[in-house]
Amino acid sequence: AGGRRTSFPPPAQRPSTPPFDPRFPNQNQTRNCYQNFLDFHRCTKTMRKKGKDTSPCDYYRKVFQALCPLSWVQRWNEQIQEGTFPGKI
Amino acid sequence: MPYPMQLGFQDATSPIMEELTYFHDHTLMIVFLISSLVLYVIILMLTTKLTHTSTMDAQEVETIWTILPAVILVLIALPSLRILYMMDEIYNPYLTVKAMGHQWYWSYEYTDYEDLTFDSYMVPTQDLSPGQFPLLEVDNRLVLPMELPIRMLISSEDVLHAWTVPSLGLKADAIPGRLNQATLTSTRPGVYYGQCSEICGSNHSFMPIVLEMTTLKYFEKWSSMMQS
Ligand SMILES: [Cu+2]
Repeated sequence: AGGRRTSFPPPAQRPSTPPFDPRFPNQNQTRNCYQNFLDFHRCTKTMRKKGKDTSPCDYYRKVFQALCPLSWVQRWNEQIQEGTFPGKI
Repeated sequence: MPYPMQLGFQDATSPIMEELTYFHDHTLMIVFLISSLVLYVIILMLTTKLTHTSTMDAQEVETIWTILPAVILVLIALPSLRILYMMDEIYNPYLTVKAMGHQWYWSYEYTDYEDLTFDSYMVPTQDLSPGQFPLLEVDNRLVLPMELPIRMLISSEDVLHAWTVPSLGLKADAIPGRLNQATLTSTRPGVYYGQCSEICGSNHSFMPIVLEMTTLKYFEKWSSMMQS
């Protein structure tokens, strides 16, 4: 009776995961991840050019972060910094 | 959970696996019917004294034994396709989890939260506690909420692997450079075991998969504990 009470911190937030995307209805989701990664970088680039706030691009970031393996994102980011990223941003 | 001398599948834990079990039974019944018929005809032909070796132009029997197998094949193909498309379906998932194959362990990424990732290694047989299963137990289980659709994304960091949980009817190849999607739904809580199902090197047999399905409440407790 009584016993020790362990309280856990509440979860940071309920997960909100990207919904089904009709552009990528297949089992292969590679393109879904890559396209959203590209879209995020394209979006931030154009927003910065126009001198606007980049917060509307956050949706793309959320999607690619949920879908892409961390190692892929890390590799692509390194490639972007070195200027060897093959995609058109 | 498989058991020694098991015949047949593990108990179904997802709607897909239930469908697969029914489909298996349906197809097996057809196989049994055909086998018994063929066996009966063989016995009949071997034991009869009557012979008739010069049948020509028997249109009726030719028609029947062409149409009937075609009908049987359609009766197998249609339910099979139905399940195939059901497996492809993904409704709005509650959570996305990535399983990455490595030589020779799995690692899991929950990036809907703040980057929760961990490796899942097999527990060596000499380190097992009483009641644990040899070659199936891992140090960090994949904990997930039950009764919710979960999007599993499966890939690999090195060679081909396959991420498999038989009682959920799940199996997807882990291919380097490609992301494979599967829907994971469990209808009840429990611990479910699987093993890497694509020959991937010397320790292929020693990279099991352990899934712990629990209520949403305990899942949230677990995930907040793992993050802190
Ligand atoms: Cu493997």
